Amino acid sequence: MIRVVLPAHLRTIAKIGGEVQLTVEGEVTQRSVLDALEAQYPMLSGTIRDHVTRKRRPFVRFFACEQDLSHESPDAPLPNAVATGAEPFLVVGAIAGG
Amino acid sequence: MSSVRVLVGTKKGAFVLSSDGKRKQWEVSDPHFAGWEMYHLKGSPADPNRIYASQTSGWFGQMLQRSDDGGKTWAPVGNKFVYEGTPGTHQWYDGTPHPWEFKRVWHLEPSLTDPDTVYAGVEDAALFRSTDGGQNWTELAGLRNHASGPHWQPGAGGMCLHTILLDPADPRRIFIAISAAGAFRTDDGGATWRPINKGLRSQYIPDPNAEVGHCVHRIAQHRARPNVLFMQKHWDVMRTDDAGDSWTEVSGNLPTDFGFVVDVHAHQPDTVYVVPIKSDSEHFPLEGKLRVYRSRTGGNEWEALTKGLPQSDCYVNVLRDAMAVDSLDSCGVYFGTTGGQVYASADAGDDWAPIVRDLPAVLSVEVQTLE
Repeated sequence: MIRVVLPAHLRTIAKIGGEVQLTVEGEVTQRSVLDALEAQYPMLSGTIRDHVTRKRRPFVRFFACEQDLSHESPDAPLPNAVATGAEPFLVVGAIAGG
Repeated sequence: MSSVRVLVGTKKGAFVLSSDGKRKQWEVSDPHFAGWEMYHLKGSPADPNRIYASQTSGWFGQMLQRSDDGGKTWAPVGNKFVYEGTPGTHQWYDGTPHPWEFKRVWHLEPSLTDPDTVYAGVEDAALFRSTDGGQNWTELAGLRNHASGPHWQPGAGGMCLHTILLDPADPRRIFIAISAAGAFRTDDGGATWRPINKGLRSQYIPDPNAEVGHCVHRIAQHRARPNVLFMQKHWDVMRTDDAGDSWTEVSGNLPTDFGFVVDVHAHQPDTVYVVPIKSDSEHFPLEGKLRVYRSRTGGNEWEALTKGLPQSDCYVNVLRDAMAVDSLDSCGVYFGTTGGQVYASADAGDDWAPIVRDLPAVLSVEVQTLE
């Protein structure tokens, strides 16, 4: 089971109280986790990744295991601790703006 | 008994303001979509309980929300706005070609007859339509693919399609306006478009009389006389009597003809409202006095409406989508400010009072008249 922590605004959109738990088939990567997230919560499509390019939105960052994974390939394996559910995958709204 | 519902979009959420037909006592909702920029909310004329709302964020992009119970509860609908075909380029600020990129929905215009049909004006400028209650969106690409498209440029606020007028007399005719391209009209339901900017004159563009390149801020129409349009351009208040084929200036005795909003009285097609703003470099009222100007002659002759509005130390702006009129017998006029005030007049502008004073900066105001 993959654990995902979303920023407050996206939890509100998806009507989620706390962490999201996802089942991911195959290799656990940013892409497979986000695909599973959007399949479970379709209203989040376009809020984390661009609808067309599928690239991370500029002011959204990805963290796990105290590492900034934002610039990693979306197809790179996520840390084993994320794949096993020991650590959550964090989707973070950049600390910017007003 | 009749009542009114004012839909207010702000920089940090949406608010629904409700009153009976007297429009003296108001109920102000808690914020909807708190923390999000709410560019525009508008109810369906065919089903007042159906309201569409544009919710945007620099972080998380565009959401579209729909209410089917008059704004009490909301559910997200489709937020996928994809340009038809290869988007191509428009002109960037430095004159170079720049790819069309979707940024946000500025304006939502529900069909006059079908609650499930709604139009969206977006940045970068394009017009989209949904016929399934906002779930799926299709571009009316004939507009963006007009031969002038590669020459359109953004205004300071972005290249936004901010005005959509559906002609009540001809369902195939639509007027739109883009900053800073100008106004356009279709007579075939959106398949083909033509610029309708003859008579507009804008300083500093290479050809001041060019057919595109004008920073149109807002256009308004009276339902009973759809070929007459009033325009607040960057500078100049304009009027057309032939559905945009030609425009004439009607700024007349306005103290400044810069501004953003323009609207028309619900029952008097020649009664027009604007809020003059000092200049394009000083976006606040002249002399710190917030004054609505009303013309009862279709332009040129304007009177200042001040009763109940601050007449000193007022330095707010009134943005392009932030004025609306209701259709009660005594026409109500409403506008919101970047200072968070929403003002209402229940007597066509003679007397004003704030409904609420301390909202976030107001981006848009619409009103529904409910039976």
